[in-house]
This record gives sequence, C-alpha cells and structure tokens, in this order.
Amino acid sequence: MGKTIIEKILSAHSGCDAAAGDIVLAKVDYVMGQDGTSPLAIKAFREMEVDKVFDPAKVAMVIDHSAPSPNEGVSALHKLMREFSGEQGITLYDIGEGVCHQLMPERGHVGAGDLVIGADSHTCTYGALNAFSTGVGSTDLAAAMATGKLWFKVPETIRFECNGVLPPGVFAKDLILYLIGQVTADGATYKAAEYAGEAISALSVDARMTVSNMAIEMGAKAGLMEPDDKLKEWLAAHGRTDWNPVWPDPDAVYHQVLRYDVSNLEPQVAKPHTVDNVSPISEVAGTPIQQAVIGTCTNGRLEDLRIAASILAGRKIHPNVRLIVAPASRTVLLEAIKEGIISTLVEAGAAVVTPGCGPCVGTHNGVPSDGENVISTANRNFKGRMGNSNAFIYLASPATVAASAIAGEIADPRVYFTK
Amino acid sequence: MILRGKAHRFGDDVNTDYIISGKYKFKTLDMKELAKHVMEDLDPDFYNKVEPGDFIVAGRNFGCGSSREQAPLAIIHANISAVIASSFARIFYRNAINTGLPVVEVDTSAISDGDELEVNLGTGKVTNLTTGVEITAKPLPEVMIRILNDGGLASHIRKHKGFALED
Ligand code: SF4
Repeated sequence: MGKTIIEKILSAHSGCDAAAGDIVLAKVDYVMGQDGTSPLAIKAFREMEVDKVFDPAKVAMVIDHSAPSPNEGVSALHKLMREFSGEQGITLYDIGEGVCHQLMPERGHVGAGDLVIGADSHTCTYGALNAFSTGVGSTDLAAAMATGKLWFKVPETIRFECNGVLPPGVFAKDLILYLIGQVTADGATYKAAEYAGEAISALSVDARMTVSNMAIEMGAKAGLMEPDDKLKEWLAAHGRTDWNPVWPDPDAVYHQVLRYDVSNLEPQVAKPHTVDNVSPISEVAGTPIQQAVIGTCTNGRLEDLRIAASILAGRKIHPNVRLIVAPASRTVLLEAIKEGIISTLVEAGAAVVTPGCGPCVGTHNGVPSDGENVISTANRNFKGRMGNSNAFIYLASPATVAASAIAGEIADPRVYFTK
Repeated sequence: MILRGKAHRFGDDVNTDYIISGKYKFKTLDMKELAKHVMEDLDPDFYNKVEPGDFIVAGRNFGCGSSREQAPLAIIHANISAVIASSFARIFYRNAINTGLPVVEVDTSAISDGDELEVNLGTGKVTNLTTGVEITAKPLPEVMIRILNDGGLASHIRKHKGFALED
C-alpha cells in the first residue's frame, strides 16, 4: 500500500513500516525551544536526571518571544536559558537574532526528509521544506533533548490540491486563510496536511512557509509539501547541500483529498476572535483600525517586507494608525536595510522593532488598548492574544495590512497591483 | 482511579490563551501563581469557584493554540482533577499526559455546568450523578497509560533511563 510523505518520514526515522494509526518511537534530527517553553523544558530535563543532551549540535534555544526582556521575571528565565546553553554547549540564539521559525530554516537546521520537533506550535512551518516538523510541549522537548527520540502517533493525511494562478494582489497568506475558513479550526485535528498543486509550486519557498506555518490553525500536526528544484536550490543557499527528498506514493492512502481553484480568490481576512472566521476582503473593507502589524513567523520575511514597502513607498500611514514592523530575523533586517526597504517603511511612519516575535503574543512591543482594532500579518487572533482581551485582531496578508495602514481602515490591496 | 467532582462547563475551541494568557506565562515558573489566572478571560472568577477535584468540561477542540505546557500545569495547580471534552487539540492532549493531567475524550453534550460527575479513568466511564446519564470514553493509547502511570513523562524517563514504551 502506498504511503504519504509523513508515513515515509516516520518509517525512515523509526525503522518500522509505519502507517496511519501506528505509534512509533522515532529519532529526531533537530530539536528547538523558545523562551516561552525552554525554561520549563530545562526544569523537566533536570527532573529526568540526565546529564547531557543527546547531541549538542542538534539542539537550539531561541530567545524571541519576549526579546529584549520586558521585565525581571522574563530576564530570570532568559538567564536560565543562557546558562543551560553554555553548560550543554548547544546553540543559543539570543535577542535580536529573530523568530525561531525563521532561524531554523535560515541557518540550515532543517533539510528535506528531516524530522524536527520544536516546543512551539508553529514548528509545522518547516513542512514547506519537505520535513516532518511539529510542535510539542516542554516535557516532550526535554525528553527529545535527553534521548534524541520521541514517540509519535502516525497521522492520517488530508491532501489539499490547489490549482490555478493567484491573481495580482493575492498571496500565500490569502490562500491559507481561505483553506482554514473552508475546513475550520479543528478540521484537520490529529491529521497531517499535504499542500500540493500548481498554485503551491508557483510560490517561493518563503511564501510556502507562510502556508505550512498555519497548518496548526486547522488543527494539523504537520503541513507538508512536496520537494522540487526550487526547494533544492533554496536549501543549498542555506547551507544544506544534502538532499533527501520525500514524495508521496501515487497510490498513497489519504483521509481526504480536497481540490481548490485559486484563480478567482480575493484577499482574505480572518475576523476576531478565531482564525477560521474568514471573509473575503469585500465584506470587511471599511472597518476602522488603530494598529497595523507586519512581521511574525508567518509573514516577517524579506519578500513580505518588500511587498509592504512597495505599497507604502512615497505614502504615509493614516494619522490614526500605528504601524509596527518586526522583521523575522537579523538577516532579514540587514537585507531589508540594504534594499532600502527599512527607510521606505520608516519614512511612511512605521515603528521598526527588534527581530523576533514582536507584538504577536502580547508580552510587549505594542499591546492594543480597549476597543481597538488591529490588523496583523500574524497567525492568531484569539481574544487576548496581543495582551488585551478587549481588543479585536484581524489577520491578513502584508499587502492588505500595508494598504489598511494607509487607509486607516481595512482596505483592498489590489488597487496597488493593477498594471 | 475514580474521580468525583463538579463540572465547570465551557464551550468549543477553548484555546491556550484562554486557559492561561501569554501575558502571564512568560513571567514565571511559579505554577501556583499562574493557576490564579486560569480561564480568567472566559470567567474572571473561575479560580475562586473551583473546589479541589472539580472538572473542566468543554466541547470540541479543547486546548487549541500554542504549545505552552503552562496550560495543563496551571489547570493541575488550580486543583482541577481532569479535563473532559468532546475533543482535544493534539499538542494539549500530549502535554496533559506528559505533565500528569488526566484527559477524557467523550461526548460532553449531556453535561451541564454544576453537574456532579464520577469519572473512572481505568474504564473511561463518566457518570453524571445529577442526571443519571452514563457515557463511555475512548480508551487512552497504551503508551499514554504507561506515561500517566509513571506520573508523567519526566519521571518515566528518569525511571527507565529513556523511553520504555514496549515490553
Ligand atoms: S511570531 Fe507569534 S506565532 Fe510565531 S513563534 Fe512568535 S509568538 Fe509564536
């Protein structure tokens, strides 16, 4: 019987002939924690009474969620991470290096066919690199650091075949918001997603990461994509010249195969307070906004900033709007400086903050006030997500966020893309 | 193990930001302190209402959202004995078992706020003592029972010096 991508990767890493429903103990290729989850993982690691991590070259900790530290409680946790990293000889990405899900691919820690776990729910991002990567909690992270292994239930797979060509002004973010709206927030719970079809192949590897990043917002364990030459080149450019691509078998067994044509897709917006509360822009345009955010592990990459800058160039943000830009990594920031993107954004009125999670998770860098509307390129709009449960968060593409920042209300970005 | 307590009823899609908001989780490893803020965006008085041994009862997709293990830990430290929901988000489910919080997946439509419940973790049987209705849950996978029996994953690894999931 044919296998899906995830069945093949879990078979290769467990030494079993793994099929959906099986429970396997699998070797992990790389392990990551961030500053919200690593401190508890360190605590659990100590409880396990293990002296050394399984392989220091395969473990990284990232200080990105509250970076730089906003208060002394967080500072103590960051210190704990620095001390543990020093003691164990593992990689530490300190403040300003960037968001964990940007650093992992960018610094060559993920290759095609790999199995990667991270103590952060959006670890599914690296599915775009043809890796099985998934989010776990702190104790799982500690167990993987201690043993180099973790148990997994092999999930069934839902395949999303996306055909057609995205219209101008419509992006990967719109595509994934649309799919989440279709299948709902728990439509893929306990399942893996495979995203395929010409609309996916046409995306850059960076844009593919936007799609895989949000697999968790439909409840999925992973958001996998097929390998291609574009990926091979991207990986080589990021230090991964080894190449172990994994394709699904033609006769692979899927839980479901869903087909979409994206040719007429409008820009999409997720409305408060759930990610699957999705509308086409025509239904929400005109909603006033007070804060706009461009960044996060979903849309803080160079091409996202480039798109935003192309819209904001020579324009000013609306006087009632604050625009916060958080580049996904130091590398992204440096490139954006070289290209002049940062000056464009700052001239337009943006406040640029440290590469990292920025205001995404409500610890600092732009907590909205009561009754305010925020439009953000992030992946979650839960009540209280940005630190105030009386604020309202809308999710959209960098183009829609930039257009809305200028208009002072949710605005259709397609006017900037008609030739 | 048989647990008895009162149901605190919540709806579908209770995410980890509702269970424990991100603004608290980054501040401390003191779970007693975090426990005071459990569910506060949905019910500001929740922590004070709970009697030791009570249950959180919810609809579909409980624990969706972030991978924060502070969510099950804060629930444990708020003296909740188990979470009963129609379905769970995957990471939360794993984290609950790993930290030693029993989770019971069962159709909760016949449970209302304030109902007295009896839960048999061994058989998966949930009895609603208020209405007399009995419901039986899907049994936990063997791997999870082993981890729960060892008191969570950290003690499992300590005890067996690694994973011991098969005989
Ligand atoms: S940017 Fe937001 S979603 Fe991404 S890892 Fe950071 S807090 Fe999580």
